[in-house]
Amino acid sequence: MSSLVIQFLNGLAGASTLFLVAVGLSLIFGVTRIVNFAHGSFYMLGIYVAYSIISRAGAGGGLGPAGFWGGILVAAMVVGALGALIEILLLRRIYHAPEMFQLLATFGIVLVIKDYVLWAWGPEDLLGPRAPGLGGSVEILGRPFPEYDLALVFIGPLVLGLLWLLLNRTRWGTLVRAATQDREMAGALGVNQKWLFTAVFALGSALAGLGGALQIPREPAQLFLDMGVIADAFVVVVVGGMGSIPGAALAAFIIGEIKAYCVGIGQVGFLGYSVSLSKLTLVAEFIVMAIVLVMRPWGLLGRQQGAQRIAAGARERPAAGRAMQIAVLAVAGALAVMPFVAQPYTIVLLIDILVYALFAASLQFLMGPAGLVSFGHAAYFGLGAYGAALLVKKAGLPMEFALAGGPLAAALGAVVFGWFCVRLSGVYLAMLTLAFAQIAWSIVYQWDQFTGGSNGLVGVWPAPWLASKTAFYYLAFTLCGCGIWLLRRIVYSPYGCALRAGRDSPLRCDAIGIDLARLQWAAFVLVGTFAGLAGAIYAFSKGSISPETLGIPLSVDALVMVLLGGIHTASGPVVGAAVLTWLQDTVVRNTDYWRALLGAIIIALVLVFPQGIAGFARRRWARSEAA
Amino acid sequence: MPPMLSAKRLNAYYGQAHILFDVALEAAAGEVVVLLGRNGAGKSTTLKALIGLVPPSAGEVVFCGERIDRLQPFQIARRGLGYVPEDRRIFTDLTVLENIEVGRQPARQGVPSWTLEKLYKLFPNLAETGDRPAAQMSGGEQQMLAIARTLMGNPACILLDEPSEGLAPVIVDQMAAAVLEMKSEGLSVLLSEQNLHFAAAVADRAYIIEKGRVRFNGTMAELDADDAVRSAHLAV
Ligand SMILES: Nc1ncnc2c1ncn2[C@@H]1O[C@H](COP(=O)(O)OP(=O)(O)OP(=O)(O)O)[C@@H](O)[C@H]1O
Ligand SMILES: [Mg+2]
Repeated sequence: MSSLVIQFLNGLAGASTLFLVAVGLSLIFGVTRIVNFAHGSFYMLGIYVAYSIISRAGAGGGLGPAGFWGGILVAAMVVGALGALIEILLLRRIYHAPEMFQLLATFGIVLVIKDYVLWAWGPEDLLGPRAPGLGGSVEILGRPFPEYDLALVFIGPLVLGLLWLLLNRTRWGTLVRAATQDREMAGALGVNQKWLFTAVFALGSALAGLGGALQIPREPAQLFLDMGVIADAFVVVVVGGMGSIPGAALAAFIIGEIKAYCVGIGQVGFLGYSVSLSKLTLVAEFIVMAIVLVMRPWGLLGRQQGAQRIAAGARERPAAGRAMQIAVLAVAGALAVMPFVAQPYTIVLLIDILVYALFAASLQFLMGPAGLVSFGHAAYFGLGAYGAALLVKKAGLPMEFALAGGPLAAALGAVVFGWFCVRLSGVYLAMLTLAFAQIAWSIVYQWDQFTGGSNGLVGVWPAPWLASKTAFYYLAFTLCGCGIWLLRRIVYSPYGCALRAGRDSPLRCDAIGIDLARLQWAAFVLVGTFAGLAGAIYAFSKGSISPETLGIPLSVDALVMVLLGGIHTASGPVVGAAVLTWLQDTVVRNTDYWRALLGAIIIALVLVFPQGIAGFARRRWARSEAA
Repeated sequence: MPPMLSAKRLNAYYGQAHILFDVALEAAAGEVVVLLGRNGAGKSTTLKALIGLVPPSAGEVVFCGERIDRLQPFQIARRGLGYVPEDRRIFTDLTVLENIEVGRQPARQGVPSWTLEKLYKLFPNLAETGDRPAAQMSGGEQQMLAIARTLMGNPACILLDEPSEGLAPVIVDQMAAAVLEMKSEGLSVLLSEQNLHFAAAVADRAYIIEKGRVRFNGTMAELDADDAVRSAHLAV
């Protein structure tokens, strides 16, 4: 009994933190319709800034509780000010861009902030001081409970209450709620959205910063906090309903409690197996999200969002023209003779490019012809890689089987993920794909005995006949080339036509009896298979794999490749993969801060081509036609 | 005296679709002008182009002596041009009073200014509803609320998109009385209508729009006398 109470309190403390991060994200989305990827980075910055302030002026400097709590508030305000600055300098320019580009831009911010933190605070974990006067624990029903956690239990509802007052008892709050519902109408009534957006973004960022700063006595400041937190926040926001503050509170409470009980219960016996519930906390979150989204696709307290365009841009052309065919043959021919003329290092780089080209092509199929956004495409790549590696390492199968088994594993993953995903659209879909990828990542990351955990798997070598780089290059060339060619053929097959028809006019498809959800589900499985094939080839080309093959950064790389090349052209992802892979290779070799540079490139791309490069090219083309 | 609101050669698009072709219209201070036309004629689009929700691709709009055709909706609204959309677009998450609060703007010189009491006199139905969620209002009440919300911005001229649409006959009469009341306060009113009786009851002048072009321009008396125009362009 008393342990149940303690776990409940633990859950409340966790829920408080979850709420603080998620509510800012939800608030920002509600008003600006921007899904702010950098929200986790603001949280992380909150911890680091609070660490610097408090360890200097606060407890260490002898200021006592005032210094500690003041430091936390100042940290939140610093992060809020940074949020305002980012909104004014960057986001203001892209409110009319397709949501994909907005997400990408905020991901660019993630990369820049990460490298800034690395530069300013260094790579080591930093453990902050304890809260003065709250360092001990209190006895609750005979069990100790940390005083600071008890304080957190109250801080969450306190912030909720203050936010409620701000939104319901001030003119500013009324305008925010009006703009959340119908910002165009609010504008027609004379509400200046510009400053409203800036203020909301600053408030949301400050809340994230506050959530982070409050963690100072509980966990060290670490460089990877941003991604973990953003995944949690996405789940909470999606479960609660995007833009709904009570929803965020409710979802944070549910998820916080479930996590706490999973951790608290620990090992349980099940049909003779011992299952560690504490290791499955992230999966618990996912199960909650999956159930909620199936029953209420807009979250517990959310409401339906209007249909949103993924990305503007030219549609598919009917078929390749003569010039294009010749160009493709020329490139294929050049690639075929490469091993005879190129350096070994170039061959290794070319294998990477081929693998990523197939990976990006599979994402392009999903985003272009199928019209579905995926922000977690690396899930299938990683499943393919791990599937293949595990078949070799654990099942002892020959490499040839593993190469076929990897894509199969990815396809299985896509069957499950896709089933949920096709029920949603727009931002919800993007967030769900991201959450699935993050879940796959955390399972692989935490399951030490089976997947090797954070170390990954080593010694995943190809069969002897493929041991030479040249032989492996031809294997990759053949498989990736065929994969890309097949994907392109499918776009123009009857299935592809139906899929594209569904993308362009779901209602009419419904009317003529096309089961669009089923077609889209099939699309997920199809692209999952090809992404998995890319992953399997990747595993054998490197000889080792790590959880990074499922990570968000790789998903974003794929998106950048597709958007670089153009969302509605089949050659786009190939060009994009070549450019980005080459660029990364060059950048990584020349600077320690390659992430910041990549982030800056992404931001610059979005600013220069707010409608996407393809859209830009189409407009240029249309203009030259008209002239 | 120059007209309070005048538009010349107004053109507007939805995407690639050209909707308005060289629309020209005027409204003088204290005048009620009605825009008539069949379904899909372009009445709503004209009003949206004036308030900036559908930015005109060409043409000019002058309001109180100032060009407003390149401004954003909020800037236009703050200069004293009020807009009440066809579908009312009440903030259903907000209470009645909060809806009115969103529309509130500082008083303007030389323009009728509105208070809650004055609005309640205009629309007595709203008086007792203050803290009710706007979502629970009837269609007629929502229309009144939408107008009250816009009046709270103290406009010099108000654009009303089909204020009588879908309302019970009693409420339509009330609405007509309200429009005349606004006029007597000194407000210019530009409204779009399909209900000719409503238009005849409130308007001084009329424009008829057909397929995005102005086909008729004259006083209500002239329109009343012209059977040919009415049967050609209005669904009577
Ligand atoms: N959002 C939109 N996108 C594309 N076309 C539109 C849109 N809204 C209206 N149209 C088209 O523009 C034309 C003019 O529409 P508008 O709404 O201005 O007509 P209206 O005169 O107000 O008609 P109603 O009496 O039905 O309100 C119509 O042909 C309509 O189909
Ligand atoms: Mg209309």
